[in-house]
Amino acid sequence: MAKTPLQFRHNGRDVALFVDGGTNLLVVLREMLGDVTPKFGCGQGGCGACTVLIDGDAHLSCLTLAEAVEGRAVETLDGIKSGPTLHPLQRAFADGFAAQCGYCTPGMLMAAKALLDKIPQPSREQVVEAISGNICRCTGYEPIINAVLAAAASLRASA
Amino acid sequence: MPVTVKTFQALSEAASALSSDRATRYLGGGTLVMRDLNEGDVSVATVIRATDRALQGIDAAGARIRIGAGVTFSRVLAERDLSFLHPAARSIGGPAVRNMGTVGGNLFAPAPFGDFTVALLALDGMVSMQGGFGLRDMPLEEFLQSRDRQAGALVVAVSCLRPASADAFRYRKIARIKPKGGSVITLAAHLPQSGGRVTGARIALGSMAPTAVRAKGAERALEGRPLDAGAISAAAAAAAEGTAPTDNSLASAWYRREVVGVHLRRLLSGQES
Repeated sequence: MAKTPLQFRHNGRDVALFVDGGTNLLVVLREMLGDVTPKFGCGQGGCGACTVLIDGDAHLSCLTLAEAVEGRAVETLDGIKSGPTLHPLQRAFADGFAAQCGYCTPGMLMAAKALLDKIPQPSREQVVEAISGNICRCTGYEPIINAVLAAAASLRASA
Repeated sequence: MPVTVKTFQALSEAASALSSDRATRYLGGGTLVMRDLNEGDVSVATVIRATDRALQGIDAAGARIRIGAGVTFSRVLAERDLSFLHPAARSIGGPAVRNMGTVGGNLFAPAPFGDFTVALLALDGMVSMQGGFGLRDMPLEEFLQSRDRQAGALVVAVSCLRPASADAFRYRKIARIKPKGGSVITLAAHLPQSGGRVTGARIALGSMAPTAVRAKGAERALEGRPLDAGAISAAAAAAAEGTAPTDNSLASAWYRREVVGVHLRRLLSGQES
């Protein structure tokens, strides 16, 4: 079966490749571009481990047809740090013990980034809502919510 | 297994392609079709997409509002004119699912999903479909009853009534996991009143049958009566009439039948769930 050409922006870098019909964005990112930060969890849209930002909005890459991101900007966890410096969200997660096994963490961080990019001073309720599609089986969520709020404060302080 | 992806600008071309082959599925936001592809569903050989702007339109000016099938739940939430539909849109998934899932796709979501459709059914929803012979409208209730046979038709838009007042439309999703979880039961009630009496009540239930269904027994119990304790009790007693819930991991069919009246009573009385 013929492959389809696909071009999009991946963490600020233009990429061009050929994909099989029906390939999802997660497979393109992990297996074709080597960006393994988005995780494969359920493949059904239930866990949020594969969350990435498409044109700034949170999407589930496992349920995104690769061809649907033609010409769009895709941002993954791999792209949020600045050189060797962690993003304030990553720093807050590390400082606040918000990652245990770590499998949900990339999705959590991208869901949180989608929130903070739009609402720099979120309420606790808004944080809970923002990560409500992301499942964590280790932490009980409280350290994650606290870390997102701490990161928001840190980002505001450095603004 | 790779599938063929065909993208059309014109709705008529997409509709023709969709109806030409049983192994063809229409892909909107991806939350249903991509999930099937990820699970290796070999019944899908071709995926159809359409880029026509008509799929993204929202016309909220009149008493009957029209929403393009490709409108996502995030966009519904961003429209102030659609505030009566915000509780239903907000009850679906997390933010990522709401950024992807569409109003049109929700019509095809199997129980325990399809919560937005429950709201539309209570608001006298209509479905606009593009078939091989042009556009046609079908009442949502009829569409849902024949949903399996509608796979070859392209849903272009849905429309529904705008409730006369905020209190005339009530929606509630009962879920075990807060703030997000699959539906145990979803309830929506449109209760227009005239001279202090309910006229033309429509009550819709989700997860009480394979598709959203109307609780016609409960509607009859309210008709022509003031929305008082007596009418509400009669509606609650008739809530499970004509339903056919099934067991799933969220609740048993027995449990759903037992509690649907309790939740309908609370909804109609304005009590918290």
